[in-house]
Amino acid sequence: MRKLLLTWVFLASPAFAEGQLKVYHWFEYIPDDLVQKFEAETGIKVTIDTYDSNEAMLAALKAGKLGQYDVAVPADFMVGIMAAEGMLDSFTPEEMPNLGNIEPQWLDVPFDPGRKHSIPYQWGSTSFSVNRDVYQGDISSLATIFDPPPELSGKINVLDSQNELLILGSLYLGIPQCTQDREALKALNDMLLAAKPHWASFGSDIAKDVLVSGDAAAGMIYNGFSAKARAEGANVEYVYPKEGHVVWMDNVVLLKDAPNRENALKFMNFLLEPENAAAVTNYAAYTSGVIGVDPFLDEAIKTSPENNPPEGITPGVFAQACDEETQRLYDAIWTNLKK
Amino acid sequence: MAGPGRGTGSGDATYRALVRPLLIPSWLVIGILMVLPVALMAVYSFLTKEFRGGVIWDFTLAAYDQFFLDRGLFGDEPPRIEWTYITIFWRSIWQAVLATLLCLLIGFPTAWFIATRPARTRGIWLFLVTIPYWVNLLIRTVSLRFLLRDQGPMNEALMSLGLISSPISIINTNLAVQIGLFYSYLPFMVLPIYAAVERYNFALSEAAADLYASRWATLREIVLPVVKPGIIAGCILVFIPSLGAFLAPDLLGGAKTFMIGSLIDEQFRGSQGNWPFGAAVAMILMTLVLIVLLVYARAQGRAPR
Repeated sequence: MRKLLLTWVFLASPAFAEGQLKVYHWFEYIPDDLVQKFEAETGIKVTIDTYDSNEAMLAALKAGKLGQYDVAVPADFMVGIMAAEGMLDSFTPEEMPNLGNIEPQWLDVPFDPGRKHSIPYQWGSTSFSVNRDVYQGDISSLATIFDPPPELSGKINVLDSQNELLILGSLYLGIPQCTQDREALKALNDMLLAAKPHWASFGSDIAKDVLVSGDAAAGMIYNGFSAKARAEGANVEYVYPKEGHVVWMDNVVLLKDAPNRENALKFMNFLLEPENAAAVTNYAAYTSGVIGVDPFLDEAIKTSPENNPPEGITPGVFAQACDEETQRLYDAIWTNLKK
Repeated sequence: MAGPGRGTGSGDATYRALVRPLLIPSWLVIGILMVLPVALMAVYSFLTKEFRGGVIWDFTLAAYDQFFLDRGLFGDEPPRIEWTYITIFWRSIWQAVLATLLCLLIGFPTAWFIATRPARTRGIWLFLVTIPYWVNLLIRTVSLRFLLRDQGPMNEALMSLGLISSPISIINTNLAVQIGLFYSYLPFMVLPIYAAVERYNFALSEAAADLYASRWATLREIVLPVVKPGIIAGCILVFIPSLGAFLAPDLLGGAKTFMIGSLIDEQFRGSQGNWPFGAAVAMILMTLVLIVLLVYARAQGRAPR
């Protein structure tokens, strides 16, 4: 719908001389005002297509869309995969004047040492939320979704994403990621099969809506998405479980063979302006990796419990990209779960 | 399709001179939209998968092996029959059969009703049947989600009327998927049956009644044989898209179990990125559909003309 609206806006506007920008982005992740602001400042017309998982984005690019888009927004591990597949273009610090606005901790990251292909977009976490009107008991453990209390059984939505579901399952069982250990994988497989009857649905883009509508009383979800559910009136509490949670950073990457490379760089540089990074945060309710956003942040976002975990929580883990042989095992577990 | 006037030499020559160029568009459509994609799919199903999507040009039977043979989670057990995918196919087929029966049950009387209205109002009735189809299938399916949910208008209306005391849980069940498929494909059943019933000569029913045939006998012996082609066409038009449907299972059924459609989708869009396997599943599905069509063709061939 947003894409349609944007297209309509462009058709209705006079032709721009400065050209275009093709963005491949997650659903519900960039405010329209910000896109319009960029267009007004630069005269570049922006078209946005959306995807709902890192894997779907990778698949579409591999299937021939590479060369049609200028930028995409993969998560940390996916930046590494795309770089290894040779799907990313690099830029020099001179081409990205605002590179210095990146918080030091996000500047030299393992998935893109020295930030040659990517800039931070937002970072956040994945765990789960519980509707406190439905269940008031202890929710400090991942058992809340994998071995739920009777009040929540049958009212749980889990993300339809192999990666995040299997990592949270592994954290729950204390299994390392990307393991080939037979006993551990069998335990993971069995635990998930036993948990599945308690789940109402698998869905990523619906994760917020089902909590707001009451279709689900608990659900795996991203912290910002949960904050939005709360803002929309659901009495949900986001949990930083004692077993750990998934941390991720989404990054804007410069794609190889970008048809509008110059405009892509302008867009990335634009997103590193504190005011603009803050606009994304105010909309998506995650955290930007940019210095100086504080004055522009809404008070509710700045102080949200989803973004400010209590002291002493178990630190989160980043997703790892497994090698082919190991990934095959996780694929088999996922197919088992959904057969 | 009646051929042009035969028997006159000049007409025959004109016919032969014209027929080839006139057939070019059909051949292009069949070639580009059917033969080429299917051939591509067939070739891909025999290639080696590349990690995270894509193919390596080494021919292998790995995709079909994965479909039919189970070598255990770690791939080192002696091969047994793989039930995982057969189960998924069976579930999808069963769901499609149920949807077809449901559509037939409601679609036949509906078509009959429309066809027996006065000619000037039939258009309006048909128009009413097709109106929902001006809206995209995705949007209609999402809307159904809103209607069916526990706190949705349907449950709230029933509860405020005092007919039920707690919400009926329909969303995320097979029933919801059935309702979705039924709603999505009902017109595909109504329209062909309507076309068949409209051609039915109702004097035949009167004649049957005059000859002391019961209503049931009239339906069975006179009406059904005449409208059978419409029923079969309707069943095929509902069965085939239901078999590959994944919007209804995903949005209404909660995506808890793979259907054929979502299994294929997962191979191309999901983390598995196994294109050859996706192509192989699609080939196997197409083979099944072809069998259904062949059965139809034979049934048609035997139908009295």
